[in-house]
Amino acid sequence: MASQEILREEPSRGSFINDPKVRGIFFQAVVIIVLVALVWWIVQNTIDNLTRLRIASGFGFLRGRAGFDISDSAIAYSSDSTYGRAIVVGFINTLIVAAAGIVTATFIGFILGIGRLSHNWLIRKICMVYVEVFRNIPPLLVIFFWYSGVLSVLPPPRESINLPFGSFLNQRGFYFLRPIWGEGSWLILVALLLGIAMAWFVARKAHQRQMATGQQFPVFWTSTALIIGLPLLAYALSGFPLSFDYPKQSTFNLTGGFQVKPEFLSLYLALSFYTAAFIAEIVRAGIMGVSKGQTEAAGALGLRPGSILRLVVIPQAMRIVIPPLTSQYLNLTKNSSLAIAIGYPDLTATTGTVLNQTGQAIECVLIMMVVYLALSLLTSAIMNVVNARMALVER
Amino acid sequence: MKHIAIGILGAAAFGLMASAASAATLDDVKAKGFIQCGVSTGLAGFSAPDDKGDWQGIDADFCRAVAAAVFGDGTKVKFTPLSAKERFTALQSGEIDILSRNTTWTINRDTALGLNFIGVTYFDGQGFMINAKKLPGVNSALQLSGAAVCVQSGTTTELNLADYFKSNKMEYNPVVFEKLEEVNAAYDAGRCDVYTTDQSGLYGIRLTLGSPADHVVLPEIISKEPLGPAVRQGDDQWYHIVKWTYFALLQAEELGITKANIDEMKASDNPEIKRVLGEEADTKIGTDLGVSNDWVVNIVKAVGNYGEMFERNVGSGSPLKIARGINALWTKGGLQYAPPIR
Amino acid sequence: MQEHDLSFVRVEMALAQSAPPSERGPGAWIRKNLIASAGDTILTIIGIVLVAMILPQLISWAFINAQWTGTDRTFCATVAQGGVQPDGWSGACWAFVNAKFGQFMFGRYPIDERWRPILVAILFVALLVPLLIPKVPRKGLNAILFFGALPIFAFILLVGGVFGLPHVETSLWGGLLVTLSLSFVGIAVSLPLGIVLALGRRSRMPIVKMLCVIFIETVRGIPLITVLFMASVMLPLFLPAGVSFDKFLRALIGVSLFAAAYMAEVVRGGLQAIPKGQYEGADSLGLGYWQKMGLIVLPQALKLVIPGIVNTFIGMFKDTSLVSIISMFDLLGVVKQNFSDANWATPQTARSGLVFAAFVFWLFCFGMSRYSMFTERRLDTSYKR
Repeated sequence: MASQEILREEPSRGSFINDPKVRGIFFQAVVIIVLVALVWWIVQNTIDNLTRLRIASGFGFLRGRAGFDISDSAIAYSSDSTYGRAIVVGFINTLIVAAAGIVTATFIGFILGIGRLSHNWLIRKICMVYVEVFRNIPPLLVIFFWYSGVLSVLPPPRESINLPFGSFLNQRGFYFLRPIWGEGSWLILVALLLGIAMAWFVARKAHQRQMATGQQFPVFWTSTALIIGLPLLAYALSGFPLSFDYPKQSTFNLTGGFQVKPEFLSLYLALSFYTAAFIAEIVRAGIMGVSKGQTEAAGALGLRPGSILRLVVIPQAMRIVIPPLTSQYLNLTKNSSLAIAIGYPDLTATTGTVLNQTGQAIECVLIMMVVYLALSLLTSAIMNVVNARMALVER
Repeated sequence: MKHIAIGILGAAAFGLMASAASAATLDDVKAKGFIQCGVSTGLAGFSAPDDKGDWQGIDADFCRAVAAAVFGDGTKVKFTPLSAKERFTALQSGEIDILSRNTTWTINRDTALGLNFIGVTYFDGQGFMINAKKLPGVNSALQLSGAAVCVQSGTTTELNLADYFKSNKMEYNPVVFEKLEEVNAAYDAGRCDVYTTDQSGLYGIRLTLGSPADHVVLPEIISKEPLGPAVRQGDDQWYHIVKWTYFALLQAEELGITKANIDEMKASDNPEIKRVLGEEADTKIGTDLGVSNDWVVNIVKAVGNYGEMFERNVGSGSPLKIARGINALWTKGGLQYAPPIR
Repeated sequence: MQEHDLSFVRVEMALAQSAPPSERGPGAWIRKNLIASAGDTILTIIGIVLVAMILPQLISWAFINAQWTGTDRTFCATVAQGGVQPDGWSGACWAFVNAKFGQFMFGRYPIDERWRPILVAILFVALLVPLLIPKVPRKGLNAILFFGALPIFAFILLVGGVFGLPHVETSLWGGLLVTLSLSFVGIAVSLPLGIVLALGRRSRMPIVKMLCVIFIETVRGIPLITVLFMASVMLPLFLPAGVSFDKFLRALIGVSLFAAAYMAEVVRGGLQAIPKGQYEGADSLGLGYWQKMGLIVLPQALKLVIPGIVNTFIGMFKDTSLVSIISMFDLLGVVKQNFSDANWATPQTARSGLVFAAFVFWLFCFGMSRYSMFTERRLDTSYKR
């Protein structure tokens, strides 16, 4: 006992230099010194360059008048707005195209992923060809395809294709009617919100009842009736306040109505179709990851094939699917920066224009990096929450 | 494998790094033996690669003229194609020695961006082009309210466009692209009704469209676009060499010195011609500038005088067929005017 | 003990009977695979309609109506557009691809010097193929030649300036040459760098770990375009006055750093999958950190993540197309640049060029992904044994 303690108190074998802890501290110190020196060198160079060239630095330029117009803007913007606002417009456009793309890509991706496992030979093959083609082409090329495809197939504005409900399709985009909300239309909105709240409540009650008694309640139909019926009722009660602004032919283009530009359309479609191929593979792997015994057991319980997929297979597959799905969503968001190639004014494009007009290269690239980084972290945070809720709850 | 890869990268880094650590551009240029000239990625008449990959156009020729002044050899130029976005940092960082890339001279670029424009090699103005076949009856820019307008992003063109429509209380849809090819393609495909850029550019672009005859350039000029080469701030000697190369081109035209008659002119009795060509006894004009005394001879031998350069690249000798107009010499009613070389 | 009554036991094997007629032949196959149920039949009909809508058009555009030869735009334009084709003609203009093929491959690399990239390509294939076929011996020597000697040789040959070879600036490079050299160097740099980053991320030294995490997560959070912008617009300002990088090298650094961050995450996955016993075993043998990693952990970890590594390569290969945005002329950039050639301006030019570029990219990526699947299967069986 005593000898062991003595042994322990003795200095560890070998010299001081071989102590891994000392080595670790020394090594980290070296890394820090090198890094600080490098950063200092870069900063010094940059300051030298900027003063030598008399380039002003700082973020004050964001308050300057932009002077250029932006084709697609969700918030009020004109050439009199500031550079800062131009960047915000771009940021909102990035959000719009990313959100729309994520929804559509998920939808197409799930269909394709399930299609690849279909019993139907033809459907299986079609889905496979789709996935193999789109997975192996650069997204930039897919965007160009859609853009040149959209432009070459659609007619010029004077020969617009007429679609139902007063909407038109031509080279300048997709036009449809824009609702104009008259007096008292706030009632409709309130009714809609009320409908949604009630539908949620009904669904909860029905679930509880099914858990307690095993009786089912037609939740879907009730909810639909509530969500559509209530606003319609409010619409009638408030005296039909809604009117529509129809797109009309003018000298050059159609005016009025709501316009979706071909740049947005092709970027959105390209991103959706490209990412869908990857999502399809993820979904396929997820479904294949659920053991066959689960399906068979569900079948033995008497569930129908549709219910088996919906109630047994997909919830389990989702646990495998969500982490890689998150990185695909992030990829889609990052790929939306390719908008610059076809002139959709997303964050990269508008910030690039600001960079060009002001020459503030460092500030503008910094803004881009910080915003994309924040967006990525936010998306992963949301998906982590979803993942935590989906994770296996062991009882 | 790691070490090898790092070794390769290191070798590549040193092999490709053009290091030049002093502020005097002339010394750097002489040391490396050529001038690095920033040009556009392809604009007919100004700077565009021909079938063999040689750069042609006024802007490219101007760099050759500077090379001729410095080295006595107009071929000692290397061209760097630059997008609108890259052009200023490329010059600021020393990647190129001259920016000769149909760039508009503005006060902001002279001050905040740290450039020095040396003069105006081409007086231009922004114009509009439309497809007359698709839009019959439109013959003025003031009829363009509501039109979709194709424009290159990050240029003064984009700003002028916004100002013009705003001041005339007209609406428009901007359709903006990063690169000239993309704007051309979109306009040709019918994505927009109107194409706007510098008028000289419009004539050049018209030639590359599917059916050039259908397109007309509208008469309005909505802005002043003085296009000229620029150098970095803070190097007066280099600035003077580039500036006086430009003036020498003008002076040569004014005195009737051409590529063809340059050798006869050297024997001329005219004191002004003798002085310009460095034939005067004990002349120090060239050496004071930092080049040889026969610099003007070298320039004219390499690219001809300004008039020849103009006609060959954008004027009657080119497919663009642009008239001299305000780009004529001051003696012929134009704006091109050079201070005396004496 | 009871004696078997052999009359009730079959002593010879029963011959397999052929399947009943309803389960045989193309009819049964169709029944099973195409019209198993009413829903299935509807799906099949939708599928057939889809294929019938797309396939004939595609074939007639790409092959039947295509114009294979020609010297200028008239061959690919209709009469109304000033060409020779009948009005309403729609076919691929392969004549354009044919005429510009040299440019698509080498960019503006001088024509007299094009034997140099061709020689490099031949050597590349000659060294790569035996490396990829598992049966061919002497893998070590082959790998040294491929990753060590070939890049140096290719660098000397392509850039020139020594041994009497004329110098060819990288600004003249273009087309597939740029795409392939960017991806190859990117792969060669990003893999070791990614391994170092992954080890750093799992290091016990807090500062090293933090730095690696910050680098990896930052790069993975931003789009490649931003990185390329930084390399093309900001990098010059970071360096002392007058020092400038070659544009090609700048793109190379951007792409490599970007891929390294993704590679690091793939390698980290492999490192995490190695059981703790392996680390402890190496420690108990008295191996140092680098010996432990180099001899025990990494060989196992990298083998596990080969599919992930190849996927990162494929991603990087596709991402090189983005350099066309910072006006470098890779394959896609060159193809797009040639659209503005007045000599070939027709409505079919752009489409044909893009389809060609897509086909080339697809060929490389598909090849890589198939090879990765093959390796995966091969290594899989070796585990099971």
